[in-house]
Amino acid sequence: MNAAIRTEHLSKTFTLHLQGGICIPVLQDVELSVAPGECVALAGPSGAGKSTLMRCLYGNYGAGSGHVWVRHAGVEVDITSADARLVRAVRRDTLGYVSQFLRVIPRVSTQDIVAEPLMARGVAKEEARARAAALLARLNLPAALHGLPPATFSGGEQQRVNLARGFAPGYPVLLLDEPTASLDAGNREVVVSLIAEAKRAGTAIIGIFHDTEVRDRVADRLFEVAPIQSAAA
Amino acid sequence: MSDALMQASGLTLRFGAVAALDDVALEIHPGEVVAIVGESGSGKTTLLRVLAGMMAPASGQVLYAGEDVHAMGESARRRLMRSEWGFVHQNPRDGLRLRVSAGGNVGERLMAAGARHYGGIRAEAIEWLKRVEIDPARIDDMPEKFSGGMQQRLQIARTLVTQPKLVFMDEPTGGLDVSVQAKLLDLIRALVAELGLAVLIVTHDIAAARLLAHRILVMRRGQVVEQGLVDRVLDDPQHPYTQLLVSSVLAA
Repeated sequence: MNAAIRTEHLSKTFTLHLQGGICIPVLQDVELSVAPGECVALAGPSGAGKSTLMRCLYGNYGAGSGHVWVRHAGVEVDITSADARLVRAVRRDTLGYVSQFLRVIPRVSTQDIVAEPLMARGVAKEEARARAAALLARLNLPAALHGLPPATFSGGEQQRVNLARGFAPGYPVLLLDEPTASLDAGNREVVVSLIAEAKRAGTAIIGIFHDTEVRDRVADRLFEVAPIQSAAA
Repeated sequence: MSDALMQASGLTLRFGAVAALDDVALEIHPGEVVAIVGESGSGKTTLLRVLAGMMAPASGQVLYAGEDVHAMGESARRRLMRSEWGFVHQNPRDGLRLRVSAGGNVGERLMAAGARHYGGIRAEAIEWLKRVEIDPARIDDMPEKFSGGMQQRLQIARTLVTQPKLVFMDEPTGGLDVSVQAKLLDLIRALVAELGLAVLIVTHDIAAARLLAHRILVMRRGQVVEQGLVDRVLDDPQHPYTQLLVSSVLAA
């Protein structure tokens, strides 16, 4: 009833028109519900559709059928059918997504990349930049790098920029796709504590964690994503 | 929805046997950036020109703030183009006066919008040259001496100086070097966000559409074959043509 995000009969099939119209079913009838303050880890073998599910939850992929309900400004919004402007508003205020890879914008500094979602929510520029710098520092990204565009950064550095951008606004719902994949032990600890703090603040978190040690420390439960082909076989 | 800045419906136009527009509908809201993509001849530039009132459709309607753009008459349209609208042409030579100084190009549009105080106009022109990263020392130079990228940035300054609500852009990075394109795209991105402009941008550059736009329309043979949230259309394209378009982009 009080889910921050939930799916209802969510199914997703890819139709590849350039490959003769071949259909690849990936998700079938997924029913997932996450409460505020809860962290659910998606489990299942590689290729089972965990990342596809994440992208459907964010509205980055459309759904074949079913719904993704996100509680936004007190009302449940169906991400799969909401118009583009409403999805943008949900992403600005409610729904955050930390993907595995940072999409770099030429000439935009690291600090501004992190401050941008804060400013979109109306935080004043100076405060947004200060909060961005503090979070980047907490993720051990030296201040000397904050003014540079992250195009030339290492994978781990880019991932930390992405994490700072995702955690800075304090979204009520946060999706994390492999948030610790390229991080060393020290930064993994920072991410674990960021997740714990977000949960205490009431954030509903859905994550994919290949690092089972991290997963077991942050997740309240696992949600099994089963590959459709083998389930049918 | 009622708060749309511009609404178009049923737009149809043929060039001989070719359908340039085939029952196209579109709306754009304040502060929204909408990209129109598709290959050459898909009708995207025609659509932009019809929406901007530069070309009449055979049938269909374009409403701006509730007013029919094609019924309002030439002088009312010109007034809009001088004030609430802006148009950035692919070729800056079409949007600039090459034998008028850089400052004059910017100031001229301010004057057309009613500004009269010379000192104020010049100060505003200097401010805008800085915003588009043109050295203010070049204010009295003729734009015909400028590089293509500089001319395009000057055209953007000239267009935005009057703070329009809706800006039409036709392949604004078209003929430019890649390094120059990136700078221009970033400049457009920052200005659009800062000024809260609504923008309709025609481009065949998918990456530019992803960077700038909130929403995207994919056109083919005069029809909108797919539209929606920019990242969803590009990452999970449904129509065969969109799949072809997206898969044809080389990853750098």
